[in-house]
Amino acid sequence: MDYLITLISEIYKILFLVIPILISVAMIVWLDRRVWGLVQKRRGPNVVGPFGLFQTLADALKYIFKEIIIPASANKTIFILAPIITMTLALVAWAVIPLSETLVLSDINVGILYLFAISSLGVYGIIMGGWASNSKYPFLGAIRSAAQMVSYEVSIGIIIINVLLCVGSLNLSDIVMAQKNLWYVIPLFPMFVVFFISALAETNRPPFDLPEAEAELVAGYQTEYSGMMYAMFWLGEYANILLMCAMGSILFLGGWLPPLDIYPLNIVPAPFWMIFKILFLFFLFAIIKAIVPRYRYDQLMRLGWKVFLPFSLVYVVLTAGFLLYFDKLPKGSF
Amino acid sequence: MNVNRFLKTIFLTEFFLAIFKAIREIFRPKKTINYPFEKGQISPRYRGEHALRRYPNGEERCIACKLCEAVCPAQAITIESEEREDGSRKTTRYDIDMLKCIYCGLCQESCPVDAIVQGPNFEFATETREELYYNKEKLLDNGDRWESVLAKNLKTDKIYK
Repeated sequence: MDYLITLISEIYKILFLVIPILISVAMIVWLDRRVWGLVQKRRGPNVVGPFGLFQTLADALKYIFKEIIIPASANKTIFILAPIITMTLALVAWAVIPLSETLVLSDINVGILYLFAISSLGVYGIIMGGWASNSKYPFLGAIRSAAQMVSYEVSIGIIIINVLLCVGSLNLSDIVMAQKNLWYVIPLFPMFVVFFISALAETNRPPFDLPEAEAELVAGYQTEYSGMMYAMFWLGEYANILLMCAMGSILFLGGWLPPLDIYPLNIVPAPFWMIFKILFLFFLFAIIKAIVPRYRYDQLMRLGWKVFLPFSLVYVVLTAGFLLYFDKLPKGSF
Repeated sequence: MNVNRFLKTIFLTEFFLAIFKAIREIFRPKKTINYPFEKGQISPRYRGEHALRRYPNGEERCIACKLCEAVCPAQAITIESEEREDGSRKTTRYDIDMLKCIYCGLCQESCPVDAIVQGPNFEFATETREELYYNKEKLLDNGDRWESVLAKNLKTDKIYK
């Protein structure tokens, strides 16, 4: 009986997390399209609901009623599994994201490692989708995507090491609390920039959206997908983008902490600060989509391996040296 | 790499400038219109949906000369005619296959009595193909509905013809 009650309360908690995320993904897609349109002097979606806010829900409804087409030569099992994996992984990672000191589904001690592991797995959904489609463009898109995500994961890993050196803990709440006096965006600003750009590449956002470069690859690994399966890919993609924004705000922008611990700022509830920071980062994502042209593939690889990787490695040495020299290493954790 | 360019790259100068520029663009007036709610201006010569016009006394203009049928490059028009009791030649059938039509406007130009015209309406999408095979009834109905606009457009454009 005890076991049952725990189970039900856990499921309740999970639903309490997943449903807001799905809703915010819908809103964020609207925001993305709207910002993109406004920058290009268009209006963007503005008909369904107030300011067009329900546009994505209308789209989702459309996808649900559309036929799912599975190519005759596709590997059926993997073809169906791929979008499910993409979406599940994107949602699962949210379990450790703290919205405030208490508002976190599972406050595990290896939170950042867990996040990193899950986001590395994300590439499997794409490779499986591309391979199982048994068609040229999806396959090329999947190969590109795999290479791209693997390359940028390396530099993201090293950037995370920078932060961990300063914190001395892998727990996400500890990482936020360590920024009480100074957000890491200030001492580690170059790393923040590198993280941001790597996050763009990691989530296949423009200017690094080569896997779905519509001019060359139709829609990359999504070419053969239709209906709800396509919608799941797209949901997973945006949930991943939100996750990257959340990661950025936890690692560098002080998570749920207000910018200054003074009167009008510190009465705002903590989750609002977190959401505000995520939205700010996402706004940057959206603006960048509108203003930059796509990278060429070799430029993308050069940027990842020849610029970001050595740069972040050097920065690790600098951070470590600085902390050691001024005796600022976090105490008791190492 | 020269120093200036190197510094620009390091400090992401142009990147931040671009972001500010983009944010400024967001608040500028938009170039597109809010389509279903507001519509753009249409020239009096606009070649939209077809209509068969009538004289003010209610008599249909078409004299079944079949010039439009002959000139139609897409062969979208089919006309059958016969003599009426009062001796005038009138159509018994006037069909336009709107799916074949290429909206070139030659029918309107060839018509000696301004009977077949292309009006300003372009929002006549339908759910089935069959609804786009227009017959005489539908075309005359269009003419009645759009007559005021059609007459005005013809008058405006007359000086250029």
